[in-house]
Amino acid sequence: MDFKFSEREEMLRKAVREFAENEIPPKMEAMEETGEFPMELLKPMAEVGITGILTPAEYGGVGLGYVARTIVLEELGRVCGAMPMALQVHHMGCAVINDFGTDAQKEKYLVPLAKGETMGCVAVTDPTGGSDVVGMKTSAELKGDKYILNGRKCFITNSHTSNYWVVIAKTAEGAKGLSAFIVDKEAPGAKLGRKENKFGLRGANTGELAFDNCEVPKENLLGQEGGGLAVAIKTISETGRTGMAATALGILTAVYEEAGKFATERVLYGKPISTLQAIQFYMAEIYTQLEICRLLCYRASWLKDQGMRCDNEGAMAKYYTCEAAVNAAKKAIEIHGSYGIMKEYAVQRLLRDAVVTVPSGGTAEIAKVVLARAALAPFKK
Amino acid sequence: MADKEMNRTIVCIKPVPDPKHWNKVSMDPDTQTLRREGIPGIINPLDKHALEAALSIRDAHGGEVVLLSMAPPFAAPILREGLAMGADRAILLSDPVFAGSDTLATAHILAAGCRWIGEFDLVLCGNMTIDGSTAQVCSQLAELLDLPNVMHVTGLDRQAGDKMTITQKIEHGHVRLEAKPPIVISVRKELNKPRYTSFTGILAAESKTIDVLSNKELGVDPNHVGLNGSPTKMAGLELREFKRARERVGGSPEEIVQALLEKIHRYGII
Repeated sequence: MDFKFSEREEMLRKAVREFAENEIPPKMEAMEETGEFPMELLKPMAEVGITGILTPAEYGGVGLGYVARTIVLEELGRVCGAMPMALQVHHMGCAVINDFGTDAQKEKYLVPLAKGETMGCVAVTDPTGGSDVVGMKTSAELKGDKYILNGRKCFITNSHTSNYWVVIAKTAEGAKGLSAFIVDKEAPGAKLGRKENKFGLRGANTGELAFDNCEVPKENLLGQEGGGLAVAIKTISETGRTGMAATALGILTAVYEEAGKFATERVLYGKPISTLQAIQFYMAEIYTQLEICRLLCYRASWLKDQGMRCDNEGAMAKYYTCEAAVNAAKKAIEIHGSYGIMKEYAVQRLLRDAVVTVPSGGTAEIAKVVLARAALAPFKK
Repeated sequence: MADKEMNRTIVCIKPVPDPKHWNKVSMDPDTQTLRREGIPGIINPLDKHALEAALSIRDAHGGEVVLLSMAPPFAAPILREGLAMGADRAILLSDPVFAGSDTLATAHILAAGCRWIGEFDLVLCGNMTIDGSTAQVCSQLAELLDLPNVMHVTGLDRQAGDKMTITQKIEHGHVRLEAKPPIVISVRKELNKPRYTSFTGILAAESKTIDVLSNKELGVDPNHVGLNGSPTKMAGLELREFKRARERVGGSPEEIVQALLEKIHRYGII
């Protein structure tokens, strides 16, 4: 058993950290204010390799895998949670085409995604709810050489920053009636809906997509007709959950650092408050949570890199890390006292960001439904 | 442009303690040296600007960028970072006899490194390091190599046909110089914005070579290296404490106000 990062991974972390610490902070005030993702960072991120971390070199990426991606997302999230949120969904958009796309689809869509010419996005959630995938209303009907899509997708990360969306729609009834499509935002009948106004992760764009007799060429079917559920589940459970977990891990790392800095700098009764046992206990708890979450997140990603199943571990990492980030951020605010709720201090943003990770990409309860199945499997009679 | 052999740039880089961890640097009162154990190293920030200049020249005209550093063997990962940024190969000059070298001894060792590499067009250095801040090595190196030296460089344009235009910052402005390689140049941060290390660069660096040379290969006169070869002797090193000065002013309210006003004037506050 080896818990050490390789020299390559350490260099990767250092490279992303340098980029993140220099390039992201100047954008954060505008991100908080406008809720817009800083698109001008997409190209520089592509040059570093952030956008194409999962994409194979033959399609313009670096193909370094999931542990490397978790390092990247954690480091971005340590500076600003909205960045890994948008990037991890971008990676989902890459992974889904890489896993299920034809050579022609990969050539056409993966290369610009890796090169940062557009962001990626996967649209599963209907207004009827994201977890009840089979119950979705968005439909697709084959007419001649085109599928005609009708319906709406909501709470879609990168909705307005992507040039094309991977959309799951119903081609028939039941679990085997879902299909995945690559939809160009310029396609006739494809429309952008409202932009959501979230209270956290504000710099990551979330919005609605609408399809009004939207015409999608037949060759844009991703995978088999009727294979959409498998496409959605594989992408969400492997790339999505590990990405969401890594986003929360980055926030948790920032919480730990902000709490530690404040505790050692703030003087009360003539001494830094870090000498008070109450504060020390908070720090010990945050520190322990951070280490637990690191183990969960990196193990899930490592399993994926080994080609092993990681759906349960991804669900575990996702639900646990997102909740841990919220709890740690609350403790960090306690440590800060009244400063903690002031906009000048980062911890209030970290709490808002952490709360937004909880329902994103599947609630804790949905993760627990998955995990309960695994937990009870050995006892099944 | 000259052939590849002649279009070689040597970039001198120094591993220095990461300023983010300077609060952990302490002083050893016995040896009068800084305790640097456990403090992560980085490439001296100005050296990255020198490296960026070398990489831009190579990207435009071809050739080779060679990193040169005098440091203990544990500095190899720092050189690897320079290779990940894009340098072609690295030479680490490492020998216990080099320990304690001052700027002159360091320049002797670096000059031997340059000669070992062979022919070159340019030697680029950062103007100074963030740990020593002497800004002496570059000029000493140029002197020992018997080459011209320009410091405080904020602009560098390498044209075809062995011509370069250099912008040098001086006290009240800038001087534009024309120069012919080979030349030793030390750069300021205004020169450029160093590129970020890319993941493909990190992967490529894994197969690049770092040659570690001892004084056996370099053959520098032992009287010119280490503590023996260092004319600079540390007279003393002390930690400065930064505390607010406190003074109690007594008397009647009028006298206190008068005394305060005098002090405010004396310190030039108003």
